[in-house]
Amino acid sequence: MPKSALSGTRIRSLRTARRMAQADLARLAGVSPSYLNLIEHNRRRASAGVLESLAKALHVPVETLDEGAGDAQIEALRAAAARANASVTPEIDRAEEFIGRFPGWAALVAQLAAAAEAQERVIERLSDRMAHDPNLSASLHEIVSAVTSVQSTAAILAESDELEPEWRARFHRNVHEDSVRLANAAEALVAFLDTSGEETGLAAPQEELESWLERQHFHVAATESPDRVDWPRHIAGEPELATAAARSLAAAWLTRAQADAQALPLNRLLPALTKMLSAGDGFAPETLARDFGCDLARLFRRLATLPPDPGIPRFGLVTCDGSGTLTFRRPVEGFQLPRFGGACPLWPLYEALLRPDRPVRTLVEVAGRPPARFVAHAVAGARDPLRFDPPHVWEASMLLTPASAALGREASEEDARPVGSSCRVCPRSGCTARREPSIVAG
Amino acid sequence: MSHDGSDAAAGDVAPIPDSNPVLTQADRSRFEPSPEPAERRVLVVEDEPNISEAIRYILQRDGFSVTLLASGEGVLETIAAKDPALVILDAMLPGVSGLDILRALRGQPGTAALPVILLTAKGSAQAREQAIEAGASLFMAKPFANAALLEAVRNLVEA
Repeated sequence: MPKSALSGTRIRSLRTARRMAQADLARLAGVSPSYLNLIEHNRRRASAGVLESLAKALHVPVETLDEGAGDAQIEALRAAAARANASVTPEIDRAEEFIGRFPGWAALVAQLAAAAEAQERVIERLSDRMAHDPNLSASLHEIVSAVTSVQSTAAILAESDELEPEWRARFHRNVHEDSVRLANAAEALVAFLDTSGEETGLAAPQEELESWLERQHFHVAATESPDRVDWPRHIAGEPELATAAARSLAAAWLTRAQADAQALPLNRLLPALTKMLSAGDGFAPETLARDFGCDLARLFRRLATLPPDPGIPRFGLVTCDGSGTLTFRRPVEGFQLPRFGGACPLWPLYEALLRPDRPVRTLVEVAGRPPARFVAHAVAGARDPLRFDPPHVWEASMLLTPASAALGREASEEDARPVGSSCRVCPRSGCTARREPSIVAG
Repeated sequence: MSHDGSDAAAGDVAPIPDSNPVLTQADRSRFEPSPEPAERRVLVVEDEPNISEAIRYILQRDGFSVTLLASGEGVLETIAAKDPALVILDAMLPGVSGLDILRALRGQPGTAALPVILLTAKGSAQAREQAIEAGASLFMAKPFANAALLEAVRNLVEA
């Protein structure tokens, strides 16, 4: 339907719904019946003044008759109709008439449909986040493994009348072991689900920021611009950044990322990095930092947010403040990062925090499925401006590089430090740094 | 019980009752080197010892000879040495992913057609698709019914 048709048809619908004669409405609005007839049949466009008079006579807000608003309302109703399930068949061809006759109801339908859609997006996002949560994933794997064992073993015990005593004893023991394991895993899972909402919320501002960055593969192209960018405007309307706190974090993060990008421009950094990695002598971030005249923390942030490039590995990055709280997580495949709570105390990140400005380099092996090796480079320094008066604000960063990319031709047999994600999901039973029992069998 | 590739019936477990015609002590003594017909040999690659023990029992009771491996290391070598008729492979193994092992098997002429049942704790459609794409003959989500696993093994071995 052409746009110009909307207003006239709507006036006609409203008038007939009120059982008003065309002549009566024309009189009330101060126009001739023939002119109103032309308007109603969309053959003349009503001026703003006439629309106002007609709206007053029909006791509706003038916006109801506005063509643009009608377009938007019709679109909203069409969108709502498209979301309806098959058993409901809204009269899409009569949407305009519906809006004309029942503008309030039409607005309510559109509003409810929009709210439902927004909620679905939130649920999808949360569900996606839950699906990738390392704690949940480890707990569920543990439970499924124990259930599988119990089910298979119990079935053997139940179905085999003439089971040899040694086998029977063995299977009973297995069922007992697995039932204890199952109970522990279930208890830990319940505790996790009970507290996760309270501790940080499913959409803590930091998570909102990380979720937004994840969708862009942790590289925001606009940070490469040397010109000033209005970051709050740039991120306005981004669905992941739903709260003001998240948008504020994002703006601060982008400001720092832009400064990092200027100090380490892609056109110089990428060739230098590629050359270093392909030389086969190992990855030496200190050399790069020296060549570019920047500090290691800045180099780490930059490396962890580079655009994808086939010749360059994906780097992971974790930062923490002086309390050890993780303030930024850029995951890398094979190295699970805890969503909340304390991380593995054996991470070189914390070692660096103990001795600011003294970088730490350690080969680590993550107790995962499968285990993976990374070279961790960590450094800590003051985050606040240089001054003598305490308290100082400390920040530590740890860059994670897959060992296959970080180590040179030699040292592949080097001993690795066993580390985990967090105690709760770490299977290393003999670890002296353990804070709490694990839900994962060692 | 070791999980280092030893033949199941040659392990330290007590003998299965003689009512089972295959797993008598006499049979056990013939396991080195594997004298069973190739179509009765199964390799189970599973890192959960209690699950692999249950699988081993179910298959042995049905007359299969079972070799266990607790990790993905050495799978290709074990297959070359034991020549199993079928492999039951866990998708999430320490050291290497079951899917990677499967792809490696499918890439070799000798094992490209070897029946492989992929076991996984993730029963999603996506996991199933990945398994089939990687070349699994059959995908089974954990927990599984013993009878269903046994039937699948029989069908694939006899196919």
